[in-house]
Amino acid sequence: MIEQVGFFILAALALVSAILVITRRNAVHSAIWLMVTLASVSGLYLMMHAEFLFAVQVILYVGGIMVLFLFVIMLVNLDVAVQQSRFERHWALAIAASVLVAAEFGFALYQGYHGHGLALAPSGSAPLTEGNTQAVGTALYQTYMLPVEIASILLLVAMVGAVIMAKKNVE
Amino acid sequence: MIPPEYYVYLAAGLFTVGVIGVLTRRNVIVILMSVELILNAVNINLVAFSQWFQSVNGQVFAIFVITDAAAEAAIGLGLMIALFRNKETVNADEIDLLKW
Repeated sequence: MIEQVGFFILAALALVSAILVITRRNAVHSAIWLMVTLASVSGLYLMMHAEFLFAVQVILYVGGIMVLFLFVIMLVNLDVAVQQSRFERHWALAIAASVLVAAEFGFALYQGYHGHGLALAPSGSAPLTEGNTQAVGTALYQTYMLPVEIASILLLVAMVGAVIMAKKNVE
Repeated sequence: MIPPEYYVYLAAGLFTVGVIGVLTRRNVIVILMSVELILNAVNINLVAFSQWFQSVNGQVFAIFVITDAAAEAAIGLGLMIALFRNKETVNADEIDLLKW
């Protein structure tokens, strides 16, 4: 019961702040509401017993990526953008496309709910007995060792690319 | 335990809000924020099914998605700074170098 109340509060917070992210005129306000969304999603991770992901979400998203966003918002001036229209010219067409996406989601979810329902957990999988962080670490460094290496190379490439794009052209 | 359908509905809602943001906003930085919303919706799904199937694989995939989000934010914001230096704008309407 208390779990359900917590879920609905966090879900409503995430959805309302997500809508505020895309409607605020000032980009700084959008960034702050995005922080609220990310924090409520991290609360949902905690409810789903994904404690490691909760920590990663708070440290990496709320602490890292959002600070990056705020830095860039401060670097590019906002005064012009704040006075202009928030939405682009073809917003009606865009809303129509989004309604189409939402309708597809609704149809797929309706079909899935009334058609098959969710399969139960496979009988072979034992419930997790070890700690969540231990389980994630074991999976990352044993089963998913090659993907971890690829992800690290991706991060290296992204870092070098960001530096090259942001630096001044020196002849 | 919350049934996984609830998480799927919430993720579908967040994804749709993100799509609306990407399609309608003019400010490129807010468009990048909407992409982050979309990636978070995907992560909610992955973690919800990870809990439902009592398997840690979904959470590992969510970590890879977060890695991608970090790389995308770094590259996107680097692009934004380069663009602002050259064109003095962050409006998606005015960035039309590849249009003819």
